[in-house]
Amino acid sequence: MMSVTIETPNRPRTRKQANWEKYGWLFMRVSGPLLIVLIFTHLVVNLVLGDGIKAIDFAFVAGKWADPFWQVWDLAMLWLALIHGTNGMRTIVNDYAGQVKVRRALTTTLWAVCALLILLGTLVIFTFDPCPAGASAELLASFCPAQ
Amino acid sequence: MAIKPAGTLYRGKVGMWSWVLHRISGVGIFFFLLVHVLDTALVRVSPEAYNIVIESYKTPVVGLAELGLVGAILFHGLNGLRVIAIDFWSKGTKYQSVMFWVVITVTVVAVAGFTPMHLARVFGH
Repeated sequence: MMSVTIETPNRPRTRKQANWEKYGWLFMRVSGPLLIVLIFTHLVVNLVLGDGIKAIDFAFVAGKWADPFWQVWDLAMLWLALIHGTNGMRTIVNDYAGQVKVRRALTTTLWAVCALLILLGTLVIFTFDPCPAGASAELLASFCPAQ
Repeated sequence: MAIKPAGTLYRGKVGMWSWVLHRISGVGIFFFLLVHVLDTALVRVSPEAYNIVIESYKTPVVGLAELGLVGAILFHGLNGLRVIAIDFWSKGTKYQSVMFWVVITVTVVAVAGFTPMHLARVFGH
């Protein structure tokens, strides 16, 4: 077998900029296990316990978000899931979009949608009123004064 | 005589199919997530608006689709743990195939356990 000798091997690549691709790779592996805990619990509480899907209505959400624990839980789920999902979609776009323009347009759209939904979701969680004034009493949770 | 190519360790085997399933389940979950953030945001519009839209999650067709969603989430999450094990655990590559079948088994068992309970609620009165 012939051995190949490289006369003057290239120096390893040095970078001055941060390696974003590495941080993206790491983020997927850190957010993944966190999302398993967050989402599997979300599924058990909302779809398995009690009456499951049948019990979900405005009063159910109000009951959860009246508690800061579930506000923080859902906030973490919102941010991590959207960034994790958008970064995954970016990976797929990078694999299949051949043209630079198409790839740029798709990744820009993905991050714009991600930012918009994170903003919307965060505002909804923190400005939510579990007992809105003027709402019909039978739609509200039992702890509301209108009940 | 024509010699049939022997293939590789990856192509057509567990490595490739777990990658395919991870992508498809990931894309499916992503699009559901977009819809789910929007439908939940309706709680900020009015109790009526939220209740009307969330009722559609309790219809037979969507109720059946939810089994697929739960299965996709379980597979994607557990297979993600397998990917992490392959990356960081010294024996990860040795047991990648075994781990794939563990992921499939746990997903199938969990969905099988969830299905009768969920369908009774969706189709019951």
